[in-house]
Amino acid sequence: MPESDAIVEVHSPRTGVMVITPRSDVDLSRSPELRNAIRGAQDRNPERLIVDLVDVGYMDSSGLATLVEAMRTAKNTGAPLILAGMHTKVRAIFEIARLDQFFTIVDSVDDALAV
Amino acid sequence: MNDQTNPKPHLRLELISDPTYLCGARELVASVSRRLGFEDMDCSKIALAVDEALCNIIRHGYDRAMDKPIWISVWPIPGDAHSAGGIRILIEDEASQVDPLKMKSRDLDDVRPGGLGVHIIREVMDEAVYEQRAPKGMCLTMVKHAPRPDAPPSLKQSCSKQARSCSPTVPDRTGGRVR
Repeated sequence: MPESDAIVEVHSPRTGVMVITPRSDVDLSRSPELRNAIRGAQDRNPERLIVDLVDVGYMDSSGLATLVEAMRTAKNTGAPLILAGMHTKVRAIFEIARLDQFFTIVDSVDDALAV
Repeated sequence: MNDQTNPKPHLRLELISDPTYLCGARELVASVSRRLGFEDMDCSKIALAVDEALCNIIRHGYDRAMDKPIWISVWPIPGDAHSAGGIRILIEDEASQVDPLKMKSRDLDDVRPGGLGVHIIREVMDEAVYEQRAPKGMCLTMVKHAPRPDAPPSLKQSCSKQARSCSPTVPDRTGGRVR
């Protein structure tokens, strides 16, 4: 069975900022890749980490757990973690889990860069 | 419980405990929910509840083994003069049995990774009942009632002729019922 293409992209739009963009739904089968990408990015000590969820139409609690873990690391290091581009249905999941107030959530990566 | 009184599910899916196939189960449940008259956001939430139940089975019941069976059964709940109808979903496994009374949500004020599955299921669904399954495994029955629109759900008269109380097909269940 062929391996899937990378489903999490990582890039740096400017010095000190890293943007992680999952390119698929984030469920139990895909959250490990997101976790690995976030950990790899945080190991590089960016000044700011942005997770762009524009292509994420669905996320379950494994995805939420990944982001909570990332936020806790971010709080320890002092480098902000910002979520961008969240779809309404994904936001509803955050609200069900009462995590919508735990994260900084903005409409776009541009907004996240301006925070 | 007499199997003869339990109507067959309208839809029954068997899958293995491989997270790869969660998306298929979600799509199926969301699509059926939509046909049964649920609005788009509710369809997504119902799919989420099913996904969370499957994840709990995979991670905790089967300890991440990827070759174990899981069954999803679906019945429509027909609407009538007093109800807009809804959906009943039964999820069965052959995983280690646990005391249903221990299937509890955790304190959400303690923000930490994990442990959200049961909470999400109970927030989304109107009913969520865990039971031990005979001869082995667990079953989870979830019900969600459609909001009452002006028109009844689009799934029809052929369904309304089924037994009103759609009970799981699993006989001889033991254990507690937890809501």
